[in-house]
Amino acid sequence: MSELIERTATGELMLRDTTRRSRRVRNRLASIWMVGSLLIAVIPLALVIGYVLVKGIGQLTPDWFTKDLPAVTRKAGGGMGPAIMGTLLITLAAAAMAVPLGVLGAIYLHEYGGSGRVARLIRFMADVMTGVPSIVMGLFVYTVWTLSHGLSAFGGALALACLMLPIIIRTTEEMLRLVPDELRQASYALGNRKWRTVVSVVLPAAFGGITSGVMLAIARAAGETAPLVFTIGAARKLNLDIFDGPTTALSVQIFGNAQTPYEAAQARAWGAALTLVAIVFILTILARVISARVARRHNA
Amino acid sequence: MASSASDQHIAPGVLPGGDAVSLHGSGSGRRGDRIFRAVALCAGLVVLAVLALIAASTTHEAWPAFRSQGLSFVTSSTWVPAEGRFGALAFIYGTVLSSVLALLLAVPVSLGIALYANEAAPSRIRRPIVYVMDLLAAIPSVVYGLWGIIVLAPFIGPHVYEPISSAVGDWPVIGWFLNGSSGRSFMTAGIILAIMITPIVTSLSREVIATVPSAQREAAYGMGATRWEMIRTAVLPWGRGGIVGAVMLGLGRAMGETIAVALVIGSQSGQITTHLFEAGDSMAAVIVNQFGEATGTHRAALIGLGVVLFLVTILVNVSARTIVGRFDRRAQGV
Amino acid sequence: MSQHSALESDGTAEGASSDEHISEVPQIDAAESEVVFDVRDLDVYYGSFLAVRDVNLQVRQHEITAFIGPSGCGKSTVLRCFDRMNDLIEGARVEGSVLYHGVDLYDERVDPVEVRKRIGMVFQKPNPFPKSIYDNIAFGPRLAGSRENLDDVVERALRQAALWDEVKDRLKKSAMGLSGGQQQRLCIARAIAVEPEVILMDEPCSALDPIATARIEDLMQELTSEYTIIIVTHNMQQAARVSDRTAFFTTEVNAESDTRTGCLVEYAPTNKIFSAPEDERTENYVTGRFG
Repeated sequence: MSELIERTATGELMLRDTTRRSRRVRNRLASIWMVGSLLIAVIPLALVIGYVLVKGIGQLTPDWFTKDLPAVTRKAGGGMGPAIMGTLLITLAAAAMAVPLGVLGAIYLHEYGGSGRVARLIRFMADVMTGVPSIVMGLFVYTVWTLSHGLSAFGGALALACLMLPIIIRTTEEMLRLVPDELRQASYALGNRKWRTVVSVVLPAAFGGITSGVMLAIARAAGETAPLVFTIGAARKLNLDIFDGPTTALSVQIFGNAQTPYEAAQARAWGAALTLVAIVFILTILARVISARVARRHNA
Repeated sequence: MASSASDQHIAPGVLPGGDAVSLHGSGSGRRGDRIFRAVALCAGLVVLAVLALIAASTTHEAWPAFRSQGLSFVTSSTWVPAEGRFGALAFIYGTVLSSVLALLLAVPVSLGIALYANEAAPSRIRRPIVYVMDLLAAIPSVVYGLWGIIVLAPFIGPHVYEPISSAVGDWPVIGWFLNGSSGRSFMTAGIILAIMITPIVTSLSREVIATVPSAQREAAYGMGATRWEMIRTAVLPWGRGGIVGAVMLGLGRAMGETIAVALVIGSQSGQITTHLFEAGDSMAAVIVNQFGEATGTHRAALIGLGVVLFLVTILVNVSARTIVGRFDRRAQGV
Repeated sequence: MSQHSALESDGTAEGASSDEHISEVPQIDAAESEVVFDVRDLDVYYGSFLAVRDVNLQVRQHEITAFIGPSGCGKSTVLRCFDRMNDLIEGARVEGSVLYHGVDLYDERVDPVEVRKRIGMVFQKPNPFPKSIYDNIAFGPRLAGSRENLDDVVERALRQAALWDEVKDRLKKSAMGLSGGQQQRLCIARAIAVEPEVILMDEPCSALDPIATARIEDLMQELTSEYTIIIVTHNMQQAARVSDRTAFFTTEVNAESDTRTGCLVEYAPTNKIFSAPEDERTENYVTGRFG
């Protein structure tokens, strides 16, 4: 027993520490690794957000949101109005295409397809599609749309919709899966058709989760650059016609201005970055808030 | 009472005996179900259609380049559009190198965070960790690229690469890699990519680690293991497959990343070198940088790069998902 | 359909031995209520597995019929045949016939949706929709395009379900905020709102406490004036308390496949089943010797 119990300096009895030194050291090192990893990840986040904030905030005057882009890139002045509008228009147009298709597709997968062969194939391909590089989407839309219809916001929206579609399908299917089957049974027992059950019971029950997933997909699409570069062209002035004529977007502006050596252009890039990050963060946080509220209601 | 039953107010009581017709329904309801199902199916099939279209259209447009270059498209590193020579080897190398670097940097960090979040962190920190990862993931890649080219590259070249290169550039083995002084280089691209793929690899690894049954952990602790030993013997072996899958998905993401890499990799066409601190190029970066002014076969070649990139990333993703899928089945005891 | 005259008092009906078809229901009195369901030679399969075999019974109007028996004997399976809810289970298949007022529910021309509009169901675990109380009740009539005033329909259903007084001031609040017993009564009201003829109840009280159970049992008695009720219960005493007729099911082992198949053992007026059962297995079950 004396190997296991000893007396401390103050005279109390205590369990003797029998773990070999090297084991404790290794444990300590591992802990340092784990905590250190977290700190290492936080540093770039803080740096990037910090720089964007500091360097971009000076750009955000009222003019910023309304004025057109300056004619001469290396000079200061003008604003990002067209780009902000472009980002919003293109992203919303993409959502208008991707959301209905994605939700309906997910409904097929979960409510009708189940584990059948077609459903499994679609699921697999949707997963594959999430891994397609965004630039390949841009090239694709370029070859099938832009070549024949010219540069336009719609082309960009098509490319973004292709990016969003598989994400929305997968997250919506997850949400549909979370709806308890008993609700469907209750609806059938009342003499309702399957499609009525889906529309009146399942979709409303899954609504919060689906919305959250859609918002995250929109946030992702709003930040994309590569699919837009070849499809929307470039424009200085506001172009509200999404089918005709080139336009611009915040992401494309950042990319272009970042490559110039001019201070004024780079400053504009930081401002656009701040605007874009703000939009994306707002969407992401909203999405998290909605999904948290949905989770709370489920557990209530 | 044998009217269209869907809007019939059915009173309690006896139906006329043998009124089979009303139970047959009006047919329109059943048709509604069929139509809805068909519409939903078509929506799902759009995925297949789009993927097929992507493959078909890009390959078709790239064909002239493939035909004129043959296999040298992927085996030669000579890329001189003016002479009609399109060898993409250097770009493939650049894509692979920058992605591998990204993995080397990101995986230890991501794994560490994932383990910390699941095993060691006090519970009040767990949710903030998820938030931090979400924020990291939400930042658009072009913003990382902007920060990279304006902040990181000008700093890291003279202040980090230069000293290291002067110190160990002449040494054998190490000197092969830690050489060069360009802020915009493979290494910088790797760093930026690592920052970008950390959230994905972390969250996927976290999911995997969370599936480890507590019985396994308890078995290890019960024998007096330290926390690290428990992780080493219970968590990591169990989650090995899933973690590999997560890493591969991160690899796929890194390889497909265009904009941030295009800004910081240096765009030095045709350079294949092991010197990590020197400039290079990646497939995606080349496409986005040269497409604007390219015509004819040059353009076809760039689209061909896109095809190669498409194939490679699909390969990596499919392998990753297969591995993860096998892991999932094992974890569920199938 | 031949009828035997039952001899209630001494329990041995002529020819009603346990291996005879129990489709000939012993007549209780001259003014017998009409037959709602006439089940003949019903077998239910899940894939190739025979879950229940050879069910023959008749359910009469405005009565409470109870299915009792040990677990796995197929009582819920048979219940779900009455509203074609078994259709929702992959591989479920039925042989034999279930006649509803003479119409075979499993005729291929019959639309299951129409069936379920007339034959409602209440489940074991209360499953209100995550909507308001009002919307839960109004859901069925709304979708059926009822031309009646929805407020009246909702009130009527809630009154019949003995829930009106408790919720009349909070109809727009979420149904999820109700207690378990209230939720189950809500589900009953929801089923009643579409004015079915029959209400099927699959162990409606098993998730509830005794007080809530008692209220629902009282409710059932009140409902028989307008509806026909079939209830599956694993609680014998409940069957004895509320039902007019009881069907006792049990399982039999199939020697070759080592599976168990359910079958109907005995079907008779409740007081007969519990006081003077004819089959020994029934007697063993109701006296608690097994199951």
